[in-house]
Amino acid sequence: MSDKILIAGNWAIGEAAIRAGCRFYAGYPITPQNELTEYMAENMRRAEGGTFIQAESEIAAVNMVLGASAAGARAMTSSSSPGISLKQEGISALAADELPAVIVNMMRGGPGLGNILPSQGDYFQATRGGGHGDYRTIVLAPASVQELADLTMDAFDLADKYRNPVMILGDGMTGQMMEPVVFGKPRPRRYNEKYVLKGAGEGKSKFIRALILDALRMEEHNWKLVRKYRVVEQNEVRFETYKTGNARLIIIAYGIAARIAKGAINRLRDSGMKVGLIRPITLWPFPAQIIRDTAERIDRFLVFEMSTGQMIDDVKLALEGKGHVSFYGRPGGVVPTPAELAKAIVQEYRR
Amino acid sequence: MQIKTIFAGFGGQGVLMMGYSFAQAAMFEGFHVTYLPSYGVEVRGGTANCTVAVSNEEIASPVASQPDYLVVMNNPSLMSFQTRIAPGGAFFLNSSIITGRPNRSDVDIWGVPTAEIASELGNPRVQNVVMMGAYVKMTRIVSAESYLKSLKSILGTKKKAAMEINRKAFEAGFNYIE
Amino acid sequence: MKKVFSRPRSLKSTPFHYCAGCGHSIIHRVICEVIDELGIRGNTIGVPPAGCAVVAYNYFDVDMLEAPHGRGCAVATGIKRTLPDRVVFSYQGDGDLAAIGTAETFHAANRGENITVLFINNAVYGMTGGQMAPTTLLGQTSTTSPPGRNAILDGHPIRMSEILANLEGTAYIERVAVNSAQNILRAKKAVKKAFQYQIDGAGFNMIEVLSQCPTNWKMNTVDACRWVDEVMSKTFPIGVIKDTGKGRKDAD
Repeated sequence: MSDKILIAGNWAIGEAAIRAGCRFYAGYPITPQNELTEYMAENMRRAEGGTFIQAESEIAAVNMVLGASAAGARAMTSSSSPGISLKQEGISALAADELPAVIVNMMRGGPGLGNILPSQGDYFQATRGGGHGDYRTIVLAPASVQELADLTMDAFDLADKYRNPVMILGDGMTGQMMEPVVFGKPRPRRYNEKYVLKGAGEGKSKFIRALILDALRMEEHNWKLVRKYRVVEQNEVRFETYKTGNARLIIIAYGIAARIAKGAINRLRDSGMKVGLIRPITLWPFPAQIIRDTAERIDRFLVFEMSTGQMIDDVKLALEGKGHVSFYGRPGGVVPTPAELAKAIVQEYRR
Repeated sequence: MQIKTIFAGFGGQGVLMMGYSFAQAAMFEGFHVTYLPSYGVEVRGGTANCTVAVSNEEIASPVASQPDYLVVMNNPSLMSFQTRIAPGGAFFLNSSIITGRPNRSDVDIWGVPTAEIASELGNPRVQNVVMMGAYVKMTRIVSAESYLKSLKSILGTKKKAAMEINRKAFEAGFNYIE
Repeated sequence: MKKVFSRPRSLKSTPFHYCAGCGHSIIHRVICEVIDELGIRGNTIGVPPAGCAVVAYNYFDVDMLEAPHGRGCAVATGIKRTLPDRVVFSYQGDGDLAAIGTAETFHAANRGENITVLFINNAVYGMTGGQMAPTTLLGQTSTTSPPGRNAILDGHPIRMSEILANLEGTAYIERVAVNSAQNILRAKKAVKKAFQYQIDGAGFNMIEVLSQCPTNWKMNTVDACRWVDEVMSKTFPIGVIKDTGKGRKDAD
């Protein structure tokens, strides 16, 4: 396996992006994702037609991406929680303009400046659009460095397919840690070139804008976006199930938390407790159906998040009042051990 | 099987390289592996550490609350981590500068005078690789061949002389410990 | 008979929505004439702002991408770096360029982005109804400086052109006005030179246009045009502010 390399998550995103044809990156330094910006600085300039810009702010970076995307480039920006708050203006504009872009959020503890440790406190922001107005971004939640690489490539394809911003929602730990990675083969870029602004040539000029002053037209645009989102919801839901077959209690966790959950489940299975896991890979669209279906057989769920409880709302919406949902949360940058989580699960299991 | 090791010392001792070279060797042998460095403000204070987990199945958490092995290159790191090591685990101490002894009786303790060995080889900068020789020998997680292959890939093909001194350092550490 | 006056090819036939006497429509026309004369209509991408000119794409017959408020220079940077052989311009008001978008403007200029910025300075927030702008003159009344701009409370009017001229990345900056036939001709010359500088790869260039806003200044058009000469240009003197000569010599 000579093509397997040991690489940090932040670098893996950068490498996967470049391999997927990303040719425009703008970013601003913020821990814990600086390695990605540095990787792009080093390698984007070497890619043919590649542009790297260290922007003056997160806001400038995402707006540069807006320009590059409209001009036809596969474009990406990245940051961590506080910086993602600043980018929301541009993400809203990308969604309104129906422009493809990839935004990486390696989440850290919050609110405010918080800290630089791994956290999952930005779930609401990521899955509810994040900025102003009626829109959604596709949100992918990788749980390993391999998945960071794979999902980064997929993110560009999804962004093009739906002409929509796609967010990679990682955390400080998946970005910093190294794991063996085999980079997949990127698919050829497929997108409708018609929207790209390249200058009108001899033809009719085009414009891309988000301002729609007429209420009925704005409403029409809103519903048009919703119809697109419905298609995304139908086609793009991804999840993993782990030892759910004969389980009596289902853990629901995403990202690094889901890995910890697997560790806890293995311990508990060793001592005869029937526990399984549903791991959402897309956070929006949320894998509601599998949770609803599982509730036909199993009525106890424990949501584990490295936050005070955000995804649990989506789980409850999915369950439509069925089953019993409990919660174990560790916000603030705490990464509990599988043993700690196992203890919390046992309490719930024995109830 | 899942084994977690923390490599700790101060900046400049090559602590992160120790962890990385070992993790890569484990990857070469087909293990699941995670390497997690300390980062951010933590590393600005002059101390550095990293955690390597090696397993034959998927690794749940790259963090080691109870490491099996602790490779310690300076006194402050010994103070920080000595209570966390799992019973039955082992310390690898840089006995050239670590004067104290761990206050644990339920673990093995191996001392390696890395500074003396490295200066005998004529290069004080290879102390970390001397330590890795002892570590690889006693833990038997990866073979010496895999470790040297990993080292070679890190040093690159251009630096033959660097590889030579590092190989000697590794062998010296490997042979020092019985 | 010879045709001596017609609508520029790059200007759509849509009637302007601007208020009577407003400078925007004149500036739009000037830019379109320049685009036609340089033969770059098919090769140009414009970035309209949030502000009175927010629907500039209804008038300019070139490809356009709307920028969020203040981000014109960042958006233009993204386009230009992706398509370096296109002519890229942003069109921004004083609130857009010198308040909410100061950072984007300043740093694009400092990077020497090879773009052209049309900076429309009318000393007031027009679209939102006449609030104080970063360029509002001392003593000038607005809906948010009702007794007149007070330096102690509100700060001083910002001379962006002079500030940006200090940056190494800027190639050419000139301040013009569109309050008289003579000034409009000068403005056109400056705009043409700016675009030519971009085509020649000279780096960041900006034309600041003092633009009358009779509605929010609460004047008739004649008085507004006179006010530009007699008052506004005392704070914002007209003329070349920086010219590195990096563009073609015959660009003048």
